[in-house]
Amino acid sequence: MWFNRINLQIARTHLFAKKKQTAIASLGVTFGIAMFVLMISVMTGVNKLLEETQLTSTPHVRIYRDIGHERPSLLSAFNPGERNWNLVHHQKPKDEPLNLRNGLLIARSLEANPNVLGVSPQVSSQVFFNYGPAQLSGMLVGVDMEKEDRLYSVRSKVKSGSLEALMASNDGILMGKGLADKMQVKAGDKVTVTTPKGEVVLLRVIGTFQMGIGAIDNLRCYTSLQTVQKILQENTRYITDIHVKLNDLSLATPLAKEWQDRFAYRAEDWETANATILVSFTIRNIMTGVVVMTLLVVAGFGIYNIMNMTVYDKMKDIAILKATGFQGKDIVGIFISQSAFIGLIGALLGLIIGYVLSWLVSQAPFDGGEFLSIDKFPVNMDPKFYVFGLVFGILTTLLAGYFPSRKASKIDPVAILRG
Amino acid sequence: MMMEKVLVAKNINKYFMEPARFQVLKDISFDVNKGEFLSIVGKSGCGKSTLLYLLSTMDTDYEGKIEMKGTLLTGKTQNELAAFRNKNLGFVFQFHYLLPEFTALQNVMLPGLRLGEYSAKEVEERAYEKLSLLDMQDFALKKSSKLSGGQQQRVAIARALINDPAIIMGDEPTGNLDNTNSGIVFDIFKDLAASMGQTIIAVTHDADFAKRSDRIIEMSDGKIVSGV
Repeated sequence: MWFNRINLQIARTHLFAKKKQTAIASLGVTFGIAMFVLMISVMTGVNKLLEETQLTSTPHVRIYRDIGHERPSLLSAFNPGERNWNLVHHQKPKDEPLNLRNGLLIARSLEANPNVLGVSPQVSSQVFFNYGPAQLSGMLVGVDMEKEDRLYSVRSKVKSGSLEALMASNDGILMGKGLADKMQVKAGDKVTVTTPKGEVVLLRVIGTFQMGIGAIDNLRCYTSLQTVQKILQENTRYITDIHVKLNDLSLATPLAKEWQDRFAYRAEDWETANATILVSFTIRNIMTGVVVMTLLVVAGFGIYNIMNMTVYDKMKDIAILKATGFQGKDIVGIFISQSAFIGLIGALLGLIIGYVLSWLVSQAPFDGGEFLSIDKFPVNMDPKFYVFGLVFGILTTLLAGYFPSRKASKIDPVAILRG
Repeated sequence: MMMEKVLVAKNINKYFMEPARFQVLKDISFDVNKGEFLSIVGKSGCGKSTLLYLLSTMDTDYEGKIEMKGTLLTGKTQNELAAFRNKNLGFVFQFHYLLPEFTALQNVMLPGLRLGEYSAKEVEERAYEKLSLLDMQDFALKKSSKLSGGQQQRVAIARALINDPAIIMGDEPTGNLDNTNSGIVFDIFKDLAASMGQTIIAVTHDADFAKRSDRIIEMSDGKIVSGV
């Protein structure tokens, strides 16, 4: 009954008789929605890029031997009971190996899991790089480069040299760019490395890489599994870490727990390992939410104002319609249909303008500097923003048309006709 | 002969609250018979327009009772009153009040379409009929905002007639018309009352107009002084 033919006809006549006013009202909606789309695309684009940069270089699950794992002293195992006092000061592990026994077998069994995207067994060791009188600490990571590349796309992070050259050499290392710059070495230079056992070896820098994270680029050097095993004087089955990437990020926590129980080694999921980064993500997401909310509230009020004016402008007409027998619901129907039209046209136009603006921003050259490997501004054009923008635009306009028209439909027509 | 009462007003009191409490209508009671042509006259501010608006059901803020066609209208909801107006009341306002964006024909048709007793085609035919009655058929397709004051008034009268209402009310219905057109409008009203049995209630300053109607109610200071 609200939207019968006469009411729609009246609504149409109102809309087209004052084309300029209709256009302005629609544009009010358009700008609100366009700004919303642009803002949320750019903000989430930046957030997503930062998150990806942080997370791509982090394993979803890392399995390693946790030295210093708390265990009861031998004395209390031998002499248990509440009435006995066993005093053992500063208990230390002795001659405990750092490796994962059967590490390669564990890696192979993990690879068979359908939830697993890739597995990279590694040997990592703390080392010192001798740079004149100074000793710079670093992390030498021996990997199967093909597997490591599948996990972290190392190939795209290489700044000089090549992965093939690294795989072909038996004393070559791929050095983090921060570290290489600090030591002023280039591909082809040789560096002296001191191992934790005090050995001094000579390695050749094959190239440099950059992950975009200082903690990695200033410390890490990639080399082959065999090279590190050789330096550490260990056998070819010696594995200290297993890095795992999953198909679904959210499975990390339960799977890590399962593997920890199964293999009896520490399995750490990315959320635990990156607690501080997660907090910064949360804060950034809250900020994005606040900004978007503010934008929507401002846009919503703008739309409400315009619709309010449109209805009050027609107060006299409402009185005449009521005087000649139109009921309150007819009045509401007439203005709701106008609102729906203005909201639909305005929101659709807003989406188009928002898309064009987002696209323009995404084409804008942006120098990510040394840390981010991008040359254009990151923009996240998620279709879900557009659906939300459309629904928000139409819904707000409908409500903004409904409330004043309902109010107008309730007053005595004489109150308006008298003036 | 017992006349059928089409409108009964009983003990009507009305107050204006702004700027100070002021009684506009004081205990007004009167009846109107079917087919009667009634004029309400009186000086400006005597409350005659206010009374007409109460009778029109568009102002519901009063004390007393108003009954039309045997139905008590006092206390009905806005929507019920709108439906009643649509079917039974025709209106001619002092300042002609047409919808400016619509053509003369559309203005006349709208109450008819709202009533929904005839198809759109029939309503259009009837609207043309009413417009020709007032010699406005040539202006049917003109935007009402483009018409002169007198022309708008005549379109408003045609609109009041579209649903063949039992009662037609006019607030200065000939206020904007010259003598010729005033005469035409008067004759139409007279004819409607006599042949169709429609009741006319008009508030007017026009002494000639009032004198020629069936009955005159004269008001002064919110009271009826003669004509009950």
